[in-house]
Formats: sequence, structure tokens, C-alpha cells
Amino acid sequence: MGANIFQYDFIIKGLLGAVFASITAGLAGTYVVSKRMVFLSGGITHASFGGIGIGYFIGINPVIGAAVFGIMSALGVEYLSVKQKIREDSAIGILWAFGMAIGIIFIYLTPGYTPNLMSYLFGSILTVTNADIMALGIMSVILILYFGIFYRTILYISFDEVFARTYSSYVDIFKYITTSLIALTIVLNIRMAGVVLVISLLTIPPNIAMLFTKVYFKIVVWSVIAGFIGTATGYTISYFAGIPVGATIIFTLVIIWVIVKGIVYLVKKISKQKK
Amino acid sequence: MAYLFEMQSLSASYGADNVLHDVNFKVNESDFIGVIGPNGGGKTTLLKVILGLLKPASGKLVFNNELLTEKSIGYLPQMSTGDINYPVTVTDIILSGLMIQKSIISGMSADDRKKADLVINELGLSGMSKSTLNELSGGQMQRVFLGRAIIGDPKLLLLDEPGNFVDTTFENDFYEKLRDLNKRMAILMVSHDIGTISSHIKSFACVNRSLHYHPSNEITNEDLLAYGCPIQLVTHGEVPHTVLKYHQ
Repeated sequence: MGANIFQYDFIIKGLLGAVFASITAGLAGTYVVSKRMVFLSGGITHASFGGIGIGYFIGINPVIGAAVFGIMSALGVEYLSVKQKIREDSAIGILWAFGMAIGIIFIYLTPGYTPNLMSYLFGSILTVTNADIMALGIMSVILILYFGIFYRTILYISFDEVFARTYSSYVDIFKYITTSLIALTIVLNIRMAGVVLVISLLTIPPNIAMLFTKVYFKIVVWSVIAGFIGTATGYTISYFAGIPVGATIIFTLVIIWVIVKGIVYLVKKISKQKK
Repeated sequence: MAYLFEMQSLSASYGADNVLHDVNFKVNESDFIGVIGPNGGGKTTLLKVILGLLKPASGKLVFNNELLTEKSIGYLPQMSTGDINYPVTVTDIILSGLMIQKSIISGMSADDRKKADLVINELGLSGMSKSTLNELSGGQMQRVFLGRAIIGDPKLLLLDEPGNFVDTTFENDFYEKLRDLNKRMAILMVSHDIGTISSHIKSFACVNRSLHYHPSNEITNEDLLAYGCPIQLVTHGEVPHTVLKYHQ
């Protein structure tokens, strides 16, 4: 009986995790992919590992440390490239490795119990707490409201910033808020997919959607759907096969991408033949 | 004829770099003015000042508020600004021209969409409303951005180097379109290519730190020399071109 309750709890947690991960990753990912910020997002992810290390060292929730590091590195890249005239990709590369270095040093310096590094690097549903799921749920609500209310403004600033500046004085504020929300989304999803793999959770679903639609709003919707199918399937396989959940999810998403790509190709070929 | 805006001994600078100096310039309803001059002479800066993106360092920019507000200016920037691979449709790009009249939280109404459809038809883009930019030709792309500039029914249309990204095949169509638009709005067109624009504009302004207004579309070498306004003319082999006036 006890085992059943445990299993039930485990399934609910996994299901809710899959729903919230796909909503947050779909909304943030569509923005990241459309605006070609994939490399920046990779940098944010790895830099946030520094916050995880410091979190362990001083004994606070590592996710909070990661969130601070994630947002600071996102804004730091902007600062280094715009104000200090360092090439943006170089700035990303520096913060990327610097964050990882800090993380490793502080985890090494943490006395006593050595935390499970693997769960942060590659994700583990076993270590996901109810608080993590709740945080992802709140993030989903925030992102839906933010993108829902400011849809046109965010879309147009992201598409053509120079033109947006001619009618709006809010361009920079929106850019900073959106980038910070993306950093938070990444950090909260690290528990699910891990530092190394979380970027794929953001980038693969929009790329699946873009195979058959090019309307921003529809890409978001299909990303969430594709993300959910990928995460839920990956989660189930990982549970039964006993393999790491993050890797299984990413593997499943890539398989979905290949299948959809094949279907789109066939549909095009058939419709051409009919003509 | 009523004026739209007037610059009174206006100067503009980026930091210590004084780009426009003591400009006196008046634009009236139904004007079609070509703004010419060398690169770095201040042509784009002039547009930035009108758009309110750059505050005058001294002097004044006065709008005739009965006819012109900051929200009734249409703007076609240089091509390089939008990402042509961005997943956004022609309709949505044209609709973004209405954002100047809206708050940051507004969506688009059925009425707005009707306006977009009208503009799409007017500019000969029907059938492409659901396309993205990377599926269009250079000339079509330019018309999309023109559509974005005119959907709000501006009283003043600012064009920054529209010749830059248009194939010569579309060029005439494009200027023809501008002539139509000029019936309902004043046009200020920045270009370094005076040869192409002179047969379409009604008058020109030469900008090279200062601004000299010339109330006809005939430009002689003397004018250009007198204004200290060097320009470059480039012809491409067999491409037909017009020589406006022979000069000793």
C-alpha cells in the first residue's frame, strides 16, 4: 500500500513536472530560437552552475543561487558586449566557463556531504521536490500572463528592435525582463533536464513546430505540445528502463523532430505529385 | 499651404560630435522632398530628430499640432533592421505600424486587420499575407515595410535610403507608389542616389552638416558645389539611365 502511494505521488510529480516544463520551455524557447539566442541561453545555463556551487557552500537552496547567477550572467553578457565592447560570443564563452569553474570549486570546498553532482548536470526526477514543481508551476503562470498580455509588444521588439524604438520607450525594459524570465525558466528546468541538457528542452520543441508553421503564436502552442509529449514519454521510458531522465527526454525530443521532419517531407512530396 | 513642422536654427549632436548645425527647414502638406548629401552628412540624423529619437542640442523643432503629431509619422528604416528569418507573417509586420497608436498591452482588432488587408491589396501583396519575409523578393519585402509605415495613415512619411534594397526592376513601381501616396501625405526621402530620385521628387534638401533647401527637382553641379554637397553617381554598364542636364 505504501509503495502504491509512493508510486502515485511519483507519477503526479512527473506529470505536473512535464506539463510545467513544456509550458515554460515552450514559451521561453520560442523566443530564444526566434531571436537566435540559443548560445546566450547555453551560457546562462552553465554560468548558473556557479550559483549552485555557492548555494551548497553557504547552505541555501542551490536553485536560488542558480537563479541569481543566471539573471546576473544574462545581464552581464549584455553589459560586457554593449558597454565594454567585448564581442558577445566571447563574453558568453567567458561567463559560461567561469560559472562552471566557480560551481566546481565551491562544491569541492563544501565540507562533509558531497551533493549529487550528476543530478544537476544531467537531471534527475528523483531529486525534484514538491517546491521545485510548485516553482515551475508559478513560473508557467507568470510566463503565460507576461507573453499573453504583452504579446504584440514582445513580438515586435524581438523582430525589429530598431523600428520598435521609434514608437516605444520601453524597448530596453522589455528586453531585460524577457531575458531575466528566460534565465529563471532555464534555472527552474535544470532539475528536470540538468545543466548540460536543459538548453535542448528549450530549443528542440520550437524547431519541431517550425517544421510546419511559421506563425509565432502557433509555434508557441505546438512547442508546448511537442515538449509535453517528449517529456512525458521520456520520463516514462526513463522510469521503466532505469536510465537518466534528462537524457531520455532529449533523446525522445530528437526522435520526434526526425519523425515530424519525415512526415513534412512526405506530405510535401505527395502534394507536389498531385499537382 | 499649411506647414507640418518647422526646424528653427536647430542643431543636433552625438556627444561632442556636432552633426547638424543651424538648420532652418519647413515641410508643408503634400511636399515630396528628396534629402541628399554625402554619407555621414547628417541625413539619417535629420530623420532621427523628426522621429523624436534624438533631442535637438539647440534650436527648436515645432510641429503644427493641428496636422501633425508624433503618432502621425510613418517611417521606413534602412533595410538592415528586421530579421528576415523571423517567424512573423506579412500581415503581422504591417500591423506593427499601428503600435505607435496603441498601448503596450493592446492586441489587434478586427478593424486593424481590415486596415492591414487594405494596405496589402494597395501594395500588390495579396496572396502573401501569410508569408514570412524570407519567402519574398527584395521588392516585395520593401513594400511590406512601406505597408508598415503607411497603415496608420500618417501625414508625413519618412523614407531612409529606400533604394538600398530594391531591385532595379521594382524601382519604378515603388516610386510610382510613392507618387500615389504623396496625394495624401507629405514625403521626405533620404537618398545618396540623386540620379534615381530626382525625377520623382518635387524639391530637394541638401544635408551636409547644414541644410540647404532647393525648391525644384532640378539639381545642377553649381548647386551641389555651392552647397558643398558632394554626391556620387554610379551607373552600371548597360543599365539605362537618365542624364538630367548637361553642364559645361
